[in-house]
Amino acid sequence: MKKLFAAGLTVLGTAVLAIPAVAADTINGAGATFPAPIYQKWFEEYKASHPSVQINYQPIGSGGGIAQLQKGTVDFGASDMPMTDDQIKQTPVKPLHFPTVMGAVVLSYNIPGVTAKLKFSPEAIAGMYLGTIQKWSDAKIKADNPGVNLPDKEIEIVHRSDGSGTTFVFVDYLSKVSPEWKSKVGANTSVAWPVGLGGKGNDGVEGLIKQTPNSIGYVELIYAVNNKMAFADVKNAAGKFVTPSFESVTAAAANSKEMPPDFRVSITNAPGAGSYPISTFTWLLVPSEIKDAAKKKDITDFLAWMLTTGQNDAQGLSYAPLPKAVVSRVQAQIKMVK
Amino acid sequence: MATSSATLTPASATMSKRRFGGDEVAHIITFLFAALIIAVTIGLVWQLWLHSAAARQKFGFSFLASKLWNPVTDEFGAVPFIYGTIITSFLALLISVPLGVGAAIYLSELAPTKVSNILTFLIELLAAVPSVIFGLLAIFTLIPLMRDYIEPFLKNVLGFLPLFSGRAYGIGYLTAAAILGVMTFPFIISVSREALMAVPREQREAALALGATRWESTFDAVLPFARLGIIGSVFLALARALGETMAVTMVIGNDPSVHASLFAPGYTIAAVIANEFSEATGDVYLASLVELGLVLFALTIVINGLAQMMIVLTTRKGSRKG
Repeated sequence: MKKLFAAGLTVLGTAVLAIPAVAADTINGAGATFPAPIYQKWFEEYKASHPSVQINYQPIGSGGGIAQLQKGTVDFGASDMPMTDDQIKQTPVKPLHFPTVMGAVVLSYNIPGVTAKLKFSPEAIAGMYLGTIQKWSDAKIKADNPGVNLPDKEIEIVHRSDGSGTTFVFVDYLSKVSPEWKSKVGANTSVAWPVGLGGKGNDGVEGLIKQTPNSIGYVELIYAVNNKMAFADVKNAAGKFVTPSFESVTAAAANSKEMPPDFRVSITNAPGAGSYPISTFTWLLVPSEIKDAAKKKDITDFLAWMLTTGQNDAQGLSYAPLPKAVVSRVQAQIKMVK
Repeated sequence: MATSSATLTPASATMSKRRFGGDEVAHIITFLFAALIIAVTIGLVWQLWLHSAAARQKFGFSFLASKLWNPVTDEFGAVPFIYGTIITSFLALLISVPLGVGAAIYLSELAPTKVSNILTFLIELLAAVPSVIFGLLAIFTLIPLMRDYIEPFLKNVLGFLPLFSGRAYGIGYLTAAAILGVMTFPFIISVSREALMAVPREQREAALALGATRWESTFDAVLPFARLGIIGSVFLALARALGETMAVTMVIGNDPSVHASLFAPGYTIAAVIANEFSEATGDVYLASLVELGLVLFALTIVINGLAQMMIVLTTRKGSRKG
């Protein structure tokens, strides 16, 4: 019903906006909620400098964005995870993935009496979320946190209950570092969690962490920074403990060894000493063929603007900008929109 | 039509003619309004049926018997959600019905008019509070209260029952039921009070004249008279409890499995739909969520039907006795 409702809204939105469209070109997009704040800002700024172009964006979720793109009810989609081969096959016009900004998922905790910044190895994180590590005093956690007085208490696991790109990035990472996780649980926007309590949204997870002593949960980096939550360093593929930050997230993208030509890539567990391992791109999904010439020009112009001027807005809104090497390759892809 | 021609008198032919036309129009318009309700209901069921096709084809009736909910392997079952919905709603009514009816009796029978008016106003205000506010209240006050005091107490006293054993998180079925109890409370008071106020004064006076005390008159003469209205208030509360989404998802722990303990985290149908719909990947996943909507719809109808039957049966029994 929600999807119907969203589709109805899109139709309604298009119908209403079709009237002033005589004066300005209207472009409609829908999808991921995580990058919605920066997308809204971009579209406003772009409108200010290009008054004839009106871009509307509805943050209905990555899954919804992909579905709307497949039905052709929007001009572009947006997603926190790359489309699968199957999804691309089901799309009438082949979509192109344009990375826009980057984010990361951090582990936040609430252990009464512990004020030190904790460090986790991938084994410790996977073990906690699989339920095999049950106490804070477990040797696998203690080994990486010498001098921290970890209590002999049960670990209360918190995860997202709503389907989300954040969950996808986190479990995608766990699938890469833990074969047991990959075979038992796997990766999707929501999974069958072996243990733990579910909170709705980043704020729901934060609420549960704050309300539950000896708990741990995962939230988006920007959310943790804005809400001044404590979060842990994570050991990356190079064996170094890295603090999540804009720099370490951008480093993960720069160090990601194989960047496929279509940018459909997961950069979790990236190599490189400075890479934060639970990082991700978020993408705009643009059809590779746009029949309306005016629309095509507006969209490609916007993409070019987003990769240059637009990137300067990223840090102000707590998103990590794309690394320079990636930007030049994405710019080359704009020409592929026919 | 037969009635309007029957009221037609030759003395005021023109007036009745006009009235006849007006009746006709009013009849059609109000019929359309009434038909709209049926159309919306049928449309709703039809849409739910249509969009749950993929799940119905894949799982059939095993959907209603499976405890599995795994979006990665595309296997879905409704049992944890049906269980969570029924148990939280039932417990909520267990809390709110005695409290609500008791309060309604006080407000309509015993309280001074001034006190009654002020309290009634406040209760109606409470009924209008958005559920997300109740959810916040639950997170900040109810969860710690349950975790640190109520659940350990229940565990000490009734811990031998599986219902009251296991770890007390303060998040789970019991907390969800408690907040639902608080949320349904104003509905029960408000509607029950109206029903009690509608009881004719003679009913009370007759009981008092026969030598009944104030309490006997309330219990034996007033309450049976208002029974239908009170039961109606309970249905209204039940409907709200079954469908409540926001406040429940904030405190129930959102765990799609069945636990014997009331302290354990669970899930309800409305909560899982709200949580997972926007990011549901794949047709079967989406269709399973829609089918859950269909299940909730059916559940509401069945429970309401049972309740209606209960009214009919008890009313007959009552009249035979009287």
